[in-house]
Amino acid sequence: MGEQKNGSSDQGAEEGIYHHEGGNLPTHGHHDEETLKEDVVRLYWRANLKLLGGLLVIWFVVSFGFSILFVDVLNEIPLFGFKLGFWWAQQGAIYVFVALIFVYVVLMKRIERRFGVDDD
Amino acid sequence: MSTAMLTYLFVGASFSLYIGIAIWSRAGSTKEFYVAGGGVHPIANGMATAADWMSAASFISMAGIIAFLGYDGSVYLLGWTGGYVLLALLLAPYLRKFGQFTVPDFIGERYYSKAARIVAVICLIFISFTYVAGQMRGVGIVFSRFLEVDITVGVIVGMGVVFVYAVLGGMKGITYTQVAQYCVLIFAYMVPAIFISILITGNPVPQLGLGATVADGSGLSVLAKLDKTLLDLGFSPYTEGSKATVDVFAITMALMVGTAGLPHVIVRFFTVPKVSDARLSAGYALIFIALLYTTAPAVAAFARLNFVETINNTSYAEAPGWFKNWEEIGLIGWVDKNEDGVIQYAAGAAFVGSPTFNGAKGVTGERSLTNTPTDSTNEVYADRDIFVLANPEIASLPGWVIALVAAGGLAAALSTAAGLLLVVSTSISHDLLKKTLMPEITERQELLYARIAAAVAIGVAGYLGINPPGFVAQVVAFAFGLAAASLFPAILLGIFVKRMNKEGVIAGMLTGLIFTFAYIVFFKFVSPELNNSENWLFGISPEGIGTIGMVLNFLVAFSVSRVTTAPPAYIQDLVDDIRMPTGAGVAHKH
Repeated sequence: MGEQKNGSSDQGAEEGIYHHEGGNLPTHGHHDEETLKEDVVRLYWRANLKLLGGLLVIWFVVSFGFSILFVDVLNEIPLFGFKLGFWWAQQGAIYVFVALIFVYVVLMKRIERRFGVDDD
Repeated sequence: MSTAMLTYLFVGASFSLYIGIAIWSRAGSTKEFYVAGGGVHPIANGMATAADWMSAASFISMAGIIAFLGYDGSVYLLGWTGGYVLLALLLAPYLRKFGQFTVPDFIGERYYSKAARIVAVICLIFISFTYVAGQMRGVGIVFSRFLEVDITVGVIVGMGVVFVYAVLGGMKGITYTQVAQYCVLIFAYMVPAIFISILITGNPVPQLGLGATVADGSGLSVLAKLDKTLLDLGFSPYTEGSKATVDVFAITMALMVGTAGLPHVIVRFFTVPKVSDARLSAGYALIFIALLYTTAPAVAAFARLNFVETINNTSYAEAPGWFKNWEEIGLIGWVDKNEDGVIQYAAGAAFVGSPTFNGAKGVTGERSLTNTPTDSTNEVYADRDIFVLANPEIASLPGWVIALVAAGGLAAALSTAAGLLLVVSTSISHDLLKKTLMPEITERQELLYARIAAAVAIGVAGYLGINPPGFVAQVVAFAFGLAAASLFPAILLGIFVKRMNKEGVIAGMLTGLIFTFAYIVFFKFVSPELNNSENWLFGISPEGIGTIGMVLNFLVAFSVSRVTTAPPAYIQDLVDDIRMPTGAGVAHKH
């Protein structure tokens, strides 16, 4: 849940930056290829960093947050036969880790297509 | 067929398979030897990475450790899986784009410095040998218990098999044997786990069985029953930790970051065709790893419950066969403190140290111990390493399951040993010889040196397996702590901070390395009597100190790079190039 929300807001932000900066491209004066290429590198990298930041926040929250810092609080909540904090530490966090990598694979591919730098 | 026959059959068949694959996938060039030609499919690489990563420690020891530590065992589950998120997001794609052969290669080129390369080689060799000694011990345990041969013979056979496919096939041979080894080890891990889950809870999925109700009519869930049983025996509850939060935090962080910085894992991502494949492959690797890592806590809880219920208040004469078998190996010991002939299990150590036997038999037929008994009512010593291996016997599963577990344990140990030995040999032939000492050698000579280095490394590993230094268990903390404090920050900064220069990174690596090394040596070897939370820095144990080492590394690297000259322009272009996924070196098909 937190994931999707984060992912989509990130995407919006990337789109915003890209269109915004893209619209500003001519103000660089020259349309020469070098400048354009540098802009693509810079914007692509910024979009990547935003995505990374969002995903690493989730990574931190499920592992160090739910499983360690707040484990005692969450353990008050039962989840089927588990205590919730214990479940995050020994099961839940691992599932989220797997999901995070695949979300990254998909969203990164999208960013690369948008900037025309994908390796297919 | 007897269990011993079946075990010989399973182990023999799996070994023949590995050797067959090695002959089929011989390496002909340094590129094939170092990175399998760079044409490995992401799913195959994911499986190979999983086998490379999941060692004897994961397969044999981890569930046993969790069974004893309960919640505190989570540090291994979180640390050894969460590291893959860092690897996939922060390192693997960029290192694949960089497209060289080794981790020191990256550090040497990015920081335009032979000194940086050599520091990286030293870290790599230290980390890898620490790790490999543990694998060989795993091979020895499996052989001596299941095939009833001497540990020495077991280790030599294991060395022989690794020799064939690592020296002949290099990375190419290792990759495809690791794919086979993953299949063997995961099957061997899941089958008994599923059986036991059905026996205890009636639910065939161990991950769900862990939260299910015990099928004994008590109405309690597995974890609730375990908590209650352990409390009754004087232990602390299974689902609650006893370590300080700050220490759990630091250990988890050190294991995660260390995992992402382990050279033998990183090089696996040099073998896929494209940058996007490196990301995808890390995802597959984590799926394959998560399958075992989410099963392990279930195995741990089932094993602990089973162990307590079958052993506590059972008379030694009626104790199951496995109890006596493991006692024979010396991994279980029983001292009848109240002389009633009945085994009592409770909290606390039964006696001082690990069991030493005097060769005589006690009144009830047990092996007599020379250890000094403690005041505790506990009479049983059980080595944590036996839990996964003994689990099928504890649950009275058929002989072929026991044989399968033996083959799986060997697959886990051999696959990791081969991966480690390969990075050692390539860092010697490529980084030390070709790139530093003997730049004039031809590719064929380099390949020959790589093979010689692999053979020598196997010999050293075998020696460590047969004569395990007493400190093997203590130095495992080294491998992760050092990787976290040295290699990980150096690689990360090389990709994400363009301004980072060689002065900064070398100072950072040395600070992290020396600090972490000194801290561990002090508490593990110099003054082990001081090794408790009152004396630890910020309450962090030697296992977690890599986290502080890493922070120091970053701080020093940033400070030093601020006051020294920026890296040359061509290095900044190199960084730009690494960041773009397009234009990675072309791979060739197998």
